[in-house]
Amino acid sequence: MPVDVWLYFILGFMIVGSIACLEIKNILSSIITIGVVGLGLSLAFLFLGAPDLALVQFVFEILCMIILIRAFAKRSIEVRALRRDVPETIIAIVILASIFVLSIFAFKDLPSFGKPIVRVAERYLTQAGVETGSQNIVTSVILNYRIYDTLGEVTVLFTAILGALTVLRKTGRKKRHAE
Amino acid sequence: MQNNFPNEGMSVIVKTITRFTVWLIFLYGLYIVIHGHLSPGGGFAGGVIIALSYVHLTLAYGKNFVLARVDKFAMHNLEALAGILIVLTGIIGLYVTGHFLANFMGIGELYTLISAGYIPMLNIFICVKVGMGLYLVFYYLASFKTQEG
Amino acid sequence: MILYIMCFFLFLVGVYGTITKRDLIKIILGIGIMGYSVNLFLVLLAYRTGALAPILKKGFNVTMVDPIPQAMVLTSIVIELGITALMAALAIRIYQKYDTFDITKIRRLQG
Repeated sequence: MPVDVWLYFILGFMIVGSIACLEIKNILSSIITIGVVGLGLSLAFLFLGAPDLALVQFVFEILCMIILIRAFAKRSIEVRALRRDVPETIIAIVILASIFVLSIFAFKDLPSFGKPIVRVAERYLTQAGVETGSQNIVTSVILNYRIYDTLGEVTVLFTAILGALTVLRKTGRKKRHAE
Repeated sequence: MQNNFPNEGMSVIVKTITRFTVWLIFLYGLYIVIHGHLSPGGGFAGGVIIALSYVHLTLAYGKNFVLARVDKFAMHNLEALAGILIVLTGIIGLYVTGHFLANFMGIGELYTLISAGYIPMLNIFICVKVGMGLYLVFYYLASFKTQEG
Repeated sequence: MILYIMCFFLFLVGVYGTITKRDLIKIILGIGIMGYSVNLFLVLLAYRTGALAPILKKGFNVTMVDPIPQAMVLTSIVIELGITALMAALAIRIYQKYDTFDITKIRRLQG
């Protein structure tokens, strides 16, 4: 089967999975469902010719699920009877549906799937082996041609982790003096 | 080495299997980092796999067992040191060539392991930084207790 | 073209989850779904029919897909994990202080 048909299946599966994830009442089940959506995305990356990205998405998805389960699974044992506001939900759905219908006109101008019109890639594909000496072209793009962006990304990840560690620190409580 | 906290963590079967699988996961992560310029992978994927091997050990044996053997401040310092080394590589490139973060090492021949300038070195720095940082997030999350009362 | 439209529909499901739900955990999951759809859209734009993955092999000269959006998406996936970890840490602190995840009850400003 051509790649198109596989991608229709995988995208349909991801849409159904994400709608199910947002509507399930149990917290552990919804976190596991979003893990499944992430693994479906990794499969889609494999079909689109990006094995680097499939590996990275798979591994990061597992770590994300571990962090979310460790954070939330024990704190929502009580029965949640959060009733939803029906008028607000209907207004939101109507507005989002109208945005979706109007966007179909915008997508007609994009190039059809499988025929990209970008010419910059030709220069990178033919010269990457000679100029950098590395066999993996995506690695040579992120670590030789675009290394400044990688430095910025490492900085952003470091800052986000630092923020998370600061929030989770055990802050000492001042002892209240008996006065 | 004896186990000072034998009642934490999971059952005996899980602990016995963990003793074999932790090293396999660590070896696989190291392979993906070092061959980053020859096959798909690179520093980010390998770093997370190495962090996952530490998480595997923590889940099976309990966090006190891991903390008695690995210094927490050593992990913080290692992560910061890897970040400083990346910037230092850039400054050396500025000094040698005139452009920040230029490839100043010699480009070997294609399709061999020792090739591609400074790309394997930077892969190792990024692996250490990402791996240690993400394991520290999991460790702080695991030892977070809501204060009762 | 239908693939792009389905990808945008996935993005709108994420937006629906973020603006309609009252539970803090569902809001975090909605932001994650939006991130997935944007990454998929960028990689869909880079595909060329009949081309292989961008890895050189000795003696082969084939057409390969575009490598530049793949490098951008790699950066984006890594940053998404940092964002999710930070949001989870903040949500735990909020639960410790207010004892609920319902956003309509977390309105009192203290201090």
